[in-house]
Amino acid sequence: MELKGKVWKFGADVDTDAIIPARYLNTSDPGELAKHCMEDADPGFPAKVRPGDIIVAGKNFGCGSSREHAPISIKAAGVSCVIAGTFARIFYRNAFNIGLPIFESPEAAAEVNEGEELAVDADTGVITNLTTGKQYTATPVPPFMQQIIAAGGLINYVKEKVK
Amino acid sequence: MSMTITEKILAAHAGRKRVSPGELINARVDLTLGNDITAPVAVREFEKIGVAGVFDRERVALVPDHFTPNKDIKSAGQVAILREFARKHDLPNFFEVGRMGIEHCLLPEQGLVGPGDLIIGADSHTCTYGALGAFSTGVGSTDLAAAIALGEIWLKVPETIQFVFEGELQPWVGGKDLILHVIGDIGVDGARYQAMEFAGPAIENLSMDGRFTMCNMAIEAGGKNGIVAPDEKTRAFVEGRCRRPYRFYRSDPDAGYKEVRRYDASRIEPQVAFPHLPENSRPISDVGNVEIQQVVIGSCTNGRMEDLREAAMVIKGKKVHKNVRLIIFPGTQEIYLQALREGLIETLVEAGGAVSTPTCGPCLGGHMGILAAGERCVATTNRNFVGRMGHTESEVYLSNPAVAAASAVLGRIAGPMEVL
Repeated sequence: MELKGKVWKFGADVDTDAIIPARYLNTSDPGELAKHCMEDADPGFPAKVRPGDIIVAGKNFGCGSSREHAPISIKAAGVSCVIAGTFARIFYRNAFNIGLPIFESPEAAAEVNEGEELAVDADTGVITNLTTGKQYTATPVPPFMQQIIAAGGLINYVKEKVK
Repeated sequence: MSMTITEKILAAHAGRKRVSPGELINARVDLTLGNDITAPVAVREFEKIGVAGVFDRERVALVPDHFTPNKDIKSAGQVAILREFARKHDLPNFFEVGRMGIEHCLLPEQGLVGPGDLIIGADSHTCTYGALGAFSTGVGSTDLAAAIALGEIWLKVPETIQFVFEGELQPWVGGKDLILHVIGDIGVDGARYQAMEFAGPAIENLSMDGRFTMCNMAIEAGGKNGIVAPDEKTRAFVEGRCRRPYRFYRSDPDAGYKEVRRYDASRIEPQVAFPHLPENSRPISDVGNVEIQQVVIGSCTNGRMEDLREAAMVIKGKKVHKNVRLIIFPGTQEIYLQALREGLIETLVEAGGAVSTPTCGPCLGGHMGILAAGERCVATTNRNFVGRMGHTESEVYLSNPAVAAASAVLGRIAGPMEVL
């Protein structure tokens, strides 16, 4: 599967409060959450993000709370994937569990600029910067996580297991 | 075949003789936890799995504590989802307002978590229970849903960093200061994916409340879990309280650590973490003149008896500064009641503080103490991210309860010795 979109660039240690502030956590409706995605990092983001766009950020993306509303809001906002230098642990699990593609690439995170176009091969983890022509390879996803992706998220994986 | 305490608990729950860092295991879960933010999503996902019931009705705890007492209609609806789920599955460990507490203060107090347990909770501060010598970690709602259905979870065995504290603590220095110092040292991702094991004479001398505070903030360094080897203090805490059999594990003397970091506890002052990351910690002597408008004492980090006693000791006979609102959140109903009996609540109210029923409220910018643009707050809570307690142009400074109380009196960030 190829993911293709324009880059929105963020810095290091983007926390889950910045991704979806707690003042909106009195609902878990994905559409409602999408309206406030990344609001405390960039208040204009929900209005300007387009389907397929890609978030690129520095190290430790998604640190802080366990709120699954964070990856849910990103996915519901139409973002096709997140590329970061590294991901915080709970966010990493949550993204796989709900089916938000994420890729770890410190090199891409450092070099890619806002507004550039990326194409990401979700199967191989190869990230191509269509603007500069440069390619990056994301850290390979552990085989067990690949099974979760193949099943379409953790719930589908568990469904098979309990059958 | 030596192992760390974390590895031993994981091995025991995976039905294995030993495990090594990096291995993926399927582990049995002793207790699952969800709150009014995370559990509604978990309930929605749980229903999709199609199992008849929860894995064990005694081991599914639901604590509506974030936006309770319900702050608005939507929040009330979220709690109603939990209440209905608890009724449908006949769950004894659903806690209503008036009989509840902030989840990470409540579960140890109620004896629902104990030494040697493996606990997962859909709240990042679930790592708190490591203070009892348990493996305990935060997950998201979907992981919680799967664990409620299966009674197990997949985990990667983490590497362990050991943090050894030698020497004796200075007056007014506690678990909060040690953990803020560590986070300042290694950064907010310094222990990412790793177990943080706290050891040494200063940890042995630390109260259980202080140990809970330290393990609570392991997540602020990116840690998977925080853990302290159980000892006689742990035994005194859990005896007669813990509802299930428990087991003490200790790291082997030659256990493999990724790293051992040593600190001289006697050189650590009370710490203050400046905006907007917990890693921005400084000793109180380096704070300078920072005027404040609000002080929050409480939360799953510092809402226990020792915290309220310290705050009351500092503030007794004094008044809250005219420019400051002081808000206190006891961690549980039991703590609230004990603080009443000890006269602490009277001391705090006489000083001009407002005392609330237990809630996560202001810590996450939910309700009960939201900051306006330009306002600064000293809080005994755990995070000082941009907008954490309100407006994105407000600021949160993290400290221990004694510093928070002294700051409330002086209207600027100050150590307790300035007012005593």
